[in-house]
Amino acid sequence: MGYIVESLRVMFGGAPRKPDPEKITVDAKDIHVHKKDNPFDKAEFDRIYEEAAQNPAPHKWRNRRWITLILVNMLFVVSFFFDVQILEGALTASRFVGFHMADLNSALQVVLAYKIVVLNLVIGFVTILVMWILLGGRTFCSWVCPYHLVAEWAESLHLWLAKKKIVRDRPLKRSVRTVLYVIFALLAFASGYTVFETISPTGILSRALIYGPGLALIWVGFLLLIEVFYSRRAWCRYICPIGITYGVVGTISPLRVKYNLKNCHHEGDCRKICLVPHVLSMTIKGRADAMDMDVGADCTRCGLCVDICPTDSLVFEVKGLGKHLKNDNKK
Amino acid sequence: MTESDKDKSVNTKKKRVRSKRRQDQSRRQFLRSTVLATGAVGASMLGFWPVVQGHSLRLRPPGAIKTPFDEQEFFASCIKCGQCVQVCPVEAIKLADITDGFGIGVPYIDARAQACDFSCDGLQCVLACPTGALTHDLDYPADTRMGFARLACAESCLAVQGKGFKGVARGPDFEGLLRYDDVDRWNPIKVAEYEYDLELCDLCVRQCPIEIRITQCAEEAKQKKDSKVARVAEKHGNECPPLHAIALEPIEGIDGTQRMMPVVYEGCVGCGVCEMICPVEPAAIVIDIDKTADDV
Repeated sequence: MGYIVESLRVMFGGAPRKPDPEKITVDAKDIHVHKKDNPFDKAEFDRIYEEAAQNPAPHKWRNRRWITLILVNMLFVVSFFFDVQILEGALTASRFVGFHMADLNSALQVVLAYKIVVLNLVIGFVTILVMWILLGGRTFCSWVCPYHLVAEWAESLHLWLAKKKIVRDRPLKRSVRTVLYVIFALLAFASGYTVFETISPTGILSRALIYGPGLALIWVGFLLLIEVFYSRRAWCRYICPIGITYGVVGTISPLRVKYNLKNCHHEGDCRKICLVPHVLSMTIKGRADAMDMDVGADCTRCGLCVDICPTDSLVFEVKGLGKHLKNDNKK
Repeated sequence: MTESDKDKSVNTKKKRVRSKRRQDQSRRQFLRSTVLATGAVGASMLGFWPVVQGHSLRLRPPGAIKTPFDEQEFFASCIKCGQCVQVCPVEAIKLADITDGFGIGVPYIDARAQACDFSCDGLQCVLACPTGALTHDLDYPADTRMGFARLACAESCLAVQGKGFKGVARGPDFEGLLRYDDVDRWNPIKVAEYEYDLELCDLCVRQCPIEIRITQCAEEAKQKKDSKVARVAEKHGNECPPLHAIALEPIEGIDGTQRMMPVVYEGCVGCGVCEMICPVEPAAIVIDIDKTADDV
């Protein structure tokens, strides 16, 4: 329960809290004290980076994710283009070999605007809900959403330009996404139109891929320009309500990224590449209140931190499966 | 950051300076976030403009829940997935672009380019719709109310001029598809592949899906007594339209001669085939979207 409440609080814009010293477990406290008394020296960092450089697949999860994202979207394209009817429709709603699926956020928008609940939509909604509960909620963002992929590429450009001091990131208040979520929900209800769909780059890109490009792509391009030149990953971080919808689903998902305090060197590489670094606040020195901690539900399960962590302190886990059961019991 | 700041903040004067900078930073961040939020909401609300202006009004697929001047319910219920697009055998359905505002991703039909000819028989788009934006209340093509045909320019109509028509209806480059029962009952072919040789042009009547179905029904009825097959066919979808949609009626020409003119009847559903097939440029007969057979 604590995980869900804290996940939601941070997701809606709350700052990650420092742990209450009283509540830090004994073994975690020991590690904190140990690390304080024996700070890592440069040679130690060199050692772990050298070791990490031996990793034969430094982008294992990223590559798996990109392949999955492209495959899912291509399945839509191919289904229509060759009329093979495997995955018909677009990301907003579809049929997978005949079974209804509906994007949770699009379905919510439709229900709010239309004010009538259609059975097929309920079936599609529940199917997708169960699917993403099992797979991690915001997993949708990084493993399926086509905008996420182009935004990742734009982010690389942003970081490259930032390194050359040509652009700089302007972090914004994360709570703005929550405010916008409420506004878009109210707008749909009050106006009777699915207002957010008009500017949703997820829907626009998905339809452009399947049904051919249109002027709407200019809007997507504009968003990318903002992200490159003004504020890093602005859409996904501060605007997109789809992220919140799936994030809420993710609070009850067993698929999470797990942090282990023991070997962590607190060098912070994970937070630098993370789309939602607030979920990794426990990786800051002295912040972890237990040996094993689950990363919050705003996490998109993209695996960039798992890839980059030189000490394997961040891993994917499925709660309640195999060896992880042991760790849970300890708490 | 915060921890080290606190350590250094023993000197209170220094702390005050620092926190003022923090405050500035925070204020700027708040301002930027507000601008971003306003921008996002503003951009999405721009979608209202084409709707208010009426620019987003279009010919919609069968069963679209709308009235001629109000598409709000249709826009609201449509989830913008394009499953209707995918099932249409003649690819008549397109999805609107962002220029339609709130109508983005909502299906429409450009009848002149590709009309709905009901060659799917079973209203596949309606069956494909996951949200009921294309209402499942429809059973047969004759139940549809997309719009209503109108002879917009009688002077250019070949029949009114007493002219025939020879050749392909819309020129050799026209991409539009149509079902020609005499060629292939199950697969629509290109209009450009079908040669006509008519003494008097009656393409709008000849190709009207409602009229074609009425003729078929009449023939079936004739055979009914001795054919069980016909009876089965009658029961399986595409039920006989109760009313005629269009016919050529005699009129008196300008020079006093007897001429023929297409007249639209109450059975017209506004599918747009007449507009697509009309060989003159621009089409002499068009579909009005502000009217349906129910308003006649």
